[in-house]
Amino acid sequence: MIGAGPRPATSATAPGDGAAAAAPRRITGAQILLESLIREGVDTIFGYPGGANLYVYRHLPSYPQLRHVLVRHEQGAAHAADGYARSRRGSVGVCFATSGPGALNLVTGLGTAFMDSVPVVAITGQVPVGAIGTDSFQESDVIGSTMSVVKHSYLLTRVEDIAPTVKEAFHVARSGRPGPVVIDFPKDLQAEVSEFNYPEGPVRLRSFPPTPEPDPAKLRRIAELIAQAKRPVILAGRGILIAQAEAELLELAHRAHIPVGWTLLGTGAFPLQDPLALQMVGFMGAGYTNKAVCDADVLMMIGMRCDDRVTTRLDSFAPRVEHLIHIDIDPAEIGKNVVPHVSVVADARAALRRLLPMVEPKREHEWLTQIDQWKEEHPVRYVKKPGVLQPQEVLEEMYARCRDEAIVVADVGLNQIWSALWFNYSKPGLFLNSGGLGTMGFAFPASMGVKLANPERTVFCVTGEGGFVMNMQEMATMVENRVDVKVIILNNASLGMVRQFQDDFYDGVRSQVDLTCTPDFVKLGEAFGMKALSTGRSEDVGPMLDEALAHRGPVLLNFDIDPDANVYPIVPLGKGMLDFVEVS
Amino acid sequence: MSQTRLLSVLVENKPGVLNRVASMIRRRGFNIDSLSVGPTEDEAVSRMTIAVHVGRQQAEQATKQLAKLIDVISIDDITGLRSVAHELLLVRMHSPPEKRPEILEVVSIFRGRVVDVAASSLIIEITGSSEKVENFIELMRPYGIKELARSGAVALVRGDRARLSLADLGLNGEGGEESEPAPGLVRIGSVAANTMGDI
Repeated sequence: MIGAGPRPATSATAPGDGAAAAAPRRITGAQILLESLIREGVDTIFGYPGGANLYVYRHLPSYPQLRHVLVRHEQGAAHAADGYARSRRGSVGVCFATSGPGALNLVTGLGTAFMDSVPVVAITGQVPVGAIGTDSFQESDVIGSTMSVVKHSYLLTRVEDIAPTVKEAFHVARSGRPGPVVIDFPKDLQAEVSEFNYPEGPVRLRSFPPTPEPDPAKLRRIAELIAQAKRPVILAGRGILIAQAEAELLELAHRAHIPVGWTLLGTGAFPLQDPLALQMVGFMGAGYTNKAVCDADVLMMIGMRCDDRVTTRLDSFAPRVEHLIHIDIDPAEIGKNVVPHVSVVADARAALRRLLPMVEPKREHEWLTQIDQWKEEHPVRYVKKPGVLQPQEVLEEMYARCRDEAIVVADVGLNQIWSALWFNYSKPGLFLNSGGLGTMGFAFPASMGVKLANPERTVFCVTGEGGFVMNMQEMATMVENRVDVKVIILNNASLGMVRQFQDDFYDGVRSQVDLTCTPDFVKLGEAFGMKALSTGRSEDVGPMLDEALAHRGPVLLNFDIDPDANVYPIVPLGKGMLDFVEVS
Repeated sequence: MSQTRLLSVLVENKPGVLNRVASMIRRRGFNIDSLSVGPTEDEAVSRMTIAVHVGRQQAEQATKQLAKLIDVISIDDITGLRSVAHELLLVRMHSPPEKRPEILEVVSIFRGRVVDVAASSLIIEITGSSEKVENFIELMRPYGIKELARSGAVALVRGDRARLSLADLGLNGEGGEESEPAPGLVRIGSVAANTMGDI
């Protein structure tokens, strides 16, 4: 059943322990939960059982249409659910955990999903309603502990609330600006019997209005500004990918010949091969993107938060801009970090679709010539060294084998930025990473969710030896479920990005970044039953990737790379956009 | 420039809502001067009156972040509008018999009430604007304040039209019926669209 699209609501015919599907059935709360998940189109759950969700697990085997993946740590479940949802746009990732430690182990994963607007529903077991607040065994305040990293949360207190709450939770998670939602489910309610009626019709919440339609007057104003612009630039964020507005973005850029850059999370929103493509912007963005943004007279930011990694020092961001345009679905993002002159609160696709007919074809030759000149002056590049493998050599070989089809999940650190800067697809939505929270250990479990959501696609996980060991317990899950992910460890025997920062910005004092004492990854992989390969030689990279791709099942590939390889360009901490330092 | 801004917020009357609102304001680094919460004409809805000491842009950000909370129905920044914003003061005064007449004279000027009398103390109740309450407290200080409690402000805008009436928001009817809201009413969902931009 894995890989089927979201189910229509009518396809649910769960047997529910043999109960007939006739008029309102009386079933337990645990069954109501599982039946409700099926109604919401769920086919995969990442979870871990424990004392407070055992009634749910008691009934789970009766629902074979719900594939449960037993992770080895709850953090893995949250990241896997996140990866599932990110990679199958429009779907919601689901994870289960028990009360207390189980639920608390989800927090980092929920925070990761929250920062990157990923729809995830986490269902946590809780001690019985009557025991809440008594510090009973494995009790934790899940609602309180997760409050600042979820879009919303629910504590169930009555069995008849289960079905409507599940329906509302999925609605909240996937609509507007998506985000994670927690349902805390006390154990006694799981066993209580009630009638099951899944609510019909759309959810309407008076406190959660639907996303507003884009204001036509403001769109007309934007079209005017584009027409008048001498030096226009577009920056695309993850909002483009969430809204699936890549085609509209491409059309807008082509019609008015506007160069397009992107944020780390917007990587893949616009094809790098396009003549109008800039590159990633900001702190570790391409020099030519930063130059374009700093010289732009009209800057249009779409579906992005404009955080400090984008702006670098705030006063250095787009100093020549005369008209700053910001389109985002979340009103709170407008004016949070930079105050725009024109703002539109709307879904990116809805806004661009309405805007397109208002935009007249145009071309600013001088500006485009200038951009091309900057591209030549400031290419994103690396320097090969004889006998020392550069991470980009591995990535180039990997991307050469992706043919715009494979999904690449990057971890956090140098590996993440290298992966983003060398990503060169023409198809959108195939590069995933924890851009907001920057969670090391994200990529490996997330890639498991990605592969289960996209069994037909090749999935690469690019990580470092530091991030990989943070959630390496999921090797057992990968092997057990034959989740065919090719894991690329760019092993520089150090916490590379921190090492680079220490070298360049903290007086060169290397402190607690040495990871030479890491496991032998080949033996480690094999101990878990995973095919594993390793090399430090450039000439082995291609053949090793071919061998990994020919193998059906997960493969661990360790590449011992240049321990001194850094990310370039980079804007030194505290400096401005144009102070970027390039590779020498 | 920082000033105290008064937010009138309608929220779902559900467990944990106060926690969510307070937590959001704390997390975003805003400081609450006072917060009062109580029932409204609809038992499913509570009204919070929040005084926060922030600049204008921060106030806008606080408003928008609060608006995103699922249990927050609507937010109205009523700072500077013609409104009645009153709080309740209870103060236990040291008041030996020889000082009582003076104290009671001030209470009378402030249209306050004595709500408890003991051998050497009184509890006085005053309602009114924060400024009035503060003036009263200053006048009482020399006599010896033993204990003091303030409620924080609750507020409604003056005039015939309710700004955030439940009817306006479609809460009493079958839902969502559009009626013309009071001028300047900021509804969530359109907060940013109406408060930003050069056109």
